Amino acid sequence: MSPVNSVPLPPTDRPSGPAVEGLVSLADGRRGLCGVIASVGAAPLASDAVLADELERRLLEMGFVEGARVEILHEGFIGRDPICVRLDDMRVALRRREARGVMVRTDPRP
Amino acid sequence: MTPSATTAPGPMTPTGPAADALRVALVGNPNSGKTALFNALTGSRQKVANYAGVTVERKEGLVISPSGRRTVVLDLPGTYSLRARSPDEVVTRDAVLGHLAGEVPPDVVICVADATNLRLVLRLALELKAVGRPAVLALNMVDIAQRQGLDIDTDRLSAELGMPVIGTVATRRRGISELVTAVEARAEADAAADAETGRPQSGGHGWTEPSAAEIRHLHREAERILKACVRPPRRPDTWTGRMDDVLLHPVWGIAILLGILFVMFQAVFAGAKPVMDLITAGFDALSALVAQRLPEGLLRSLICEGIIAGVGSVVVFLPQILILFLFIILLEDVGYMARAAFLLDRIMGGAGLHGRAFIPLLSSFACAIPGIMATRVIDNRRDRLTTILVAPLMTCSARIPVYTLIISAFVPARQVLGGLSLQGLVFFGLYAAGMLSALAVAWAVRKVFWRSASEPFLMELPAYKVPDPANVLRNVALRGHIFLRRAGTTILSMMVLIWFLCTVPGKPAGAAGPAIDYSFAGVIGHAIGPLLAPIGFSWQMTVALIPGMAAREVAVGALGTVYAVSGGEESSRVLGASLAHQWSLASALAFLAWYVFAPQCASTLAVVKRETNSWRWPLIMFGYMTGLAYLAAFIVYRTAVAMGAG
Ligand SMILES: Nc1nc2c(ncn2[C@@H]2O[C@H](COP(=O)(O)OP(=O)(O)OP(=O)(O)O)[C@@H](O)[C@H]2O)c(=O)[nH]1
Ligand SMILES: [Mg+2]
Repeated sequence: MSPVNSVPLPPTDRPSGPAVEGLVSLADGRRGLCGVIASVGAAPLASDAVLADELERRLLEMGFVEGARVEILHEGFIGRDPICVRLDDMRVALRRREARGVMVRTDPRP
Repeated sequence: MTPSATTAPGPMTPTGPAADALRVALVGNPNSGKTALFNALTGSRQKVANYAGVTVERKEGLVISPSGRRTVVLDLPGTYSLRARSPDEVVTRDAVLGHLAGEVPPDVVICVADATNLRLVLRLALELKAVGRPAVLALNMVDIAQRQGLDIDTDRLSAELGMPVIGTVATRRRGISELVTAVEARAEADAAADAETGRPQSGGHGWTEPSAAEIRHLHREAERILKACVRPPRRPDTWTGRMDDVLLHPVWGIAILLGILFVMFQAVFAGAKPVMDLITAGFDALSALVAQRLPEGLLRSLICEGIIAGVGSVVVFLPQILILFLFIILLEDVGYMARAAFLLDRIMGGAGLHGRAFIPLLSSFACAIPGIMATRVIDNRRDRLTTILVAPLMTCSARIPVYTLIISAFVPARQVLGGLSLQGLVFFGLYAAGMLSALAVAWAVRKVFWRSASEPFLMELPAYKVPDPANVLRNVALRGHIFLRRAGTTILSMMVLIWFLCTVPGKPAGAAGPAIDYSFAGVIGHAIGPLLAPIGFSWQMTVALIPGMAAREVAVGALGTVYAVSGGEESSRVLGASLAHQWSLASALAFLAWYVFAPQCASTLAVVKRETNSWRWPLIMFGYMTGLAYLAAFIVYRTAVAMGAG
C-alpha cells in the first residue's frame, strides 16, 4: 500500500534561531527539543533489512503518530545516540537512524 | 478440533478433553502486568519483572471460577500489535487467532492494560475487537493510577470499547474474582448469541495485517476514547524523570552502571564468605559424624567421599548464588534493565549486537538458558543468532563455584588499590573477560557470517517501581530452591557416578601407586590427559572436566571426589588447600581461562538446538567455544610458565 500521510521531508530546517518555529527531523534534535509530531514517514536512510513501510508501521505502533507530543530527554554518550524521548506520557528509547522519518514541529519559543 | 472446523456454520459443539473448560488468553502491551495477573489467577509463579519482554513463551494455568467452571488461562508475550515481528510476538498472534495446529482460538481474550499508560493498549484493544473474539479489559495497576490521581471513567470506557472493564491490582490480587466473573459472563453471553443466531464462531480468519493508514486510523480512535475517558493525573510520577536525569546521564549513567556491576560481583565474591564458611563447617561435621558411625569400607567411602565431599563442595556456593540473584532481581524489578540497554546500545551496536540483546545477555549472568530464550524478543533472525552464539560467554552462575574455588586457593587474599580485595578483582576480571569476549565474538560473527545492517531499536522505558519485598524474597528463594534441587539431582547423581568411576575397579593386589590410577576414571584421565597436557591440565583435571558437561559446578564436586579418593580423608575437607598443594599456579590460571570459554554445559547446547531448530548452531557454538577455551588456556599456561609460575 502507499502511505497516505508520509511524504518524507528532507531534514533541512534545523532550529537555527531561538524564535524560529520550524520543522525538524527528530533525528537532528538535541536534548530539550520539544514539539508535536507533524508527520511520520519512511526514513530516507531506512536500512535494507527493513522495508521503509515496515519501519513506519513500527513507529506508529509505538505511538509516534501525527499529533503526539515529543521531547528529547536524554542522549547517549557516543555520538549522542541513541536518544530517549518523552512521547505523550511514555518514555521511549530509539536510535537516531530510526527517528529520521519523524518530523517534529517545534514549539514556538517565547 | 482443527482450525478449519471453526469455520463450519452452526453453533459449536466442542469436543475433546478441554471441551467443558473455558479458554482465556491474556493479551496486552509488554510490561502491563499480564504475568502478574496470570500468577494471581492461577497461583503460578511465572517470572514477573519491570521491563518489556519478560515472557517469551506461552504458559497455561488453570483457574476454577466461583461457579465451579474450569478455565484454562493462557499467559502470552506482550505485544504492541497483532502484526507480529519477533518470535515472541508470533506466539501471541497465533494464540489469539487460533493459528496453531490443534488449537482453537480462546473463548475470551483478557486485554490487560496498564492504567497509567493507556494510549497504546487502547489501539491494541480495538485491533483485538476487530478480530471478533469476545474481550474483557483488565485495567491493571489501578493502585498506581490512584496514587497519581488519575481519573478514569470506566463506564464510559466500557461503552466506547464495547467490552467490560474491570479494575485490578495484579500484585495485590485485587479485582481477580470480579475479573473471573466478568470473563465467565462474557463467554456465556457469547455462547448464547452464537446459539441464537447460528452464526459461526468467529476465529479471526478474516484478519489481515493493518496498513500504516489503518494503524493511524485506530490511533485516532484510541486517542478520542482516551480524551473522553481519562483526565490527566493530578500528581504525575516525577520520580522516574528525576532518576533518569542521573541514571541516563551520558557520563554519570555509564559510571553508575559500571559501579553497579562492580559492586554486584564484589558482593558475590566477598559478601558470601562468612555463610559459606559456616556451610563448609557443617558439611565437615557431617562427614566426621558419618565417618565415626560407619565402618571403614565402600559405603563409608561413597557417603563421605562421593556424596558429602562432592555435593557439599557445590552446596557451599548457595550464598553466592543467592546474592547474585538478589542483585539481578532488584535491578529487574526497579526498572533498571531497559536503562542499561539504553546506555550500552552504542557499545553493543559497535560489536554488531542488537540493542535489545543487552537484557538476554544480562540474564545470562544467571544462566545462559533463560538468556537464550529471552533472545526471542529480537526480531531479526541474524541478530538473534549472534546473540544466542555469544550468550554462553557471559559468566553464568554455575561458573561461580569454579572461579571461587580456584581464586581462593591460588590468589593471595591481599588488599590492593586502597582496600579492594585482590581476589575480588580477579573475580571481576573473569566476568569482564567473558563480556569483552562476547563483544569480540559478536563482532567476528558479523564479519564472517553476515554483514546486514542492524534492525530498528525501539524500546519503551518503564516507570521505576519500588520492588515488592515479598516478591523479591520469593524469587530469590525460588532460585535457591532450583540450585539445591540441581545439587540434589544432577549433581548428586554425577557425584555417585564419579565416585564409582574413581573407586572401581580397585587396586590389584601388589600393585604400586594410588588406587585411583587403576580405576576407570584414572584410565580415562590418563588416556585423554595428553590432549590437554599442552595447556597444563593434569589427568585429574581432565577427569573433572568431563562430568562438568552435565553441569559446570559438577567439576568442583568432581575435583573434590577425585582428590578425596586419592588423598584420603583430610584432603576432602579443604579442597582448596589440596589444590593449592597439587596444582601449579600456571595450571590453575589455565583452568580459569578454560572455564571462561569452554562450552561446558549440555543443556545450553540442547536449548540452542531447540531455539534455532537445527544442529548446525549448537555444533558451531561447541566448536568455537572449545577452540577459544583451548587457545586461551594454552596462552595463559605458556605465558605463566614463561614467567616462572609453572
Ligand atoms: N503496583 C503494581 N505493579 C504491578 C501490578 N501488576 C504488575 N505490576 C508490576 O509491573 C511489572 C510488570 O509485570 P509483568 O507481569 O511482568 O508484566 P507482563 O505484562 O507479563 O510483561 P511481559 O511479559 O514483558 O510482556 C512488574 O514489575 C510487576 O511487579 C499492579 O497491579 N500494581
Ligand atoms: Mg509476562
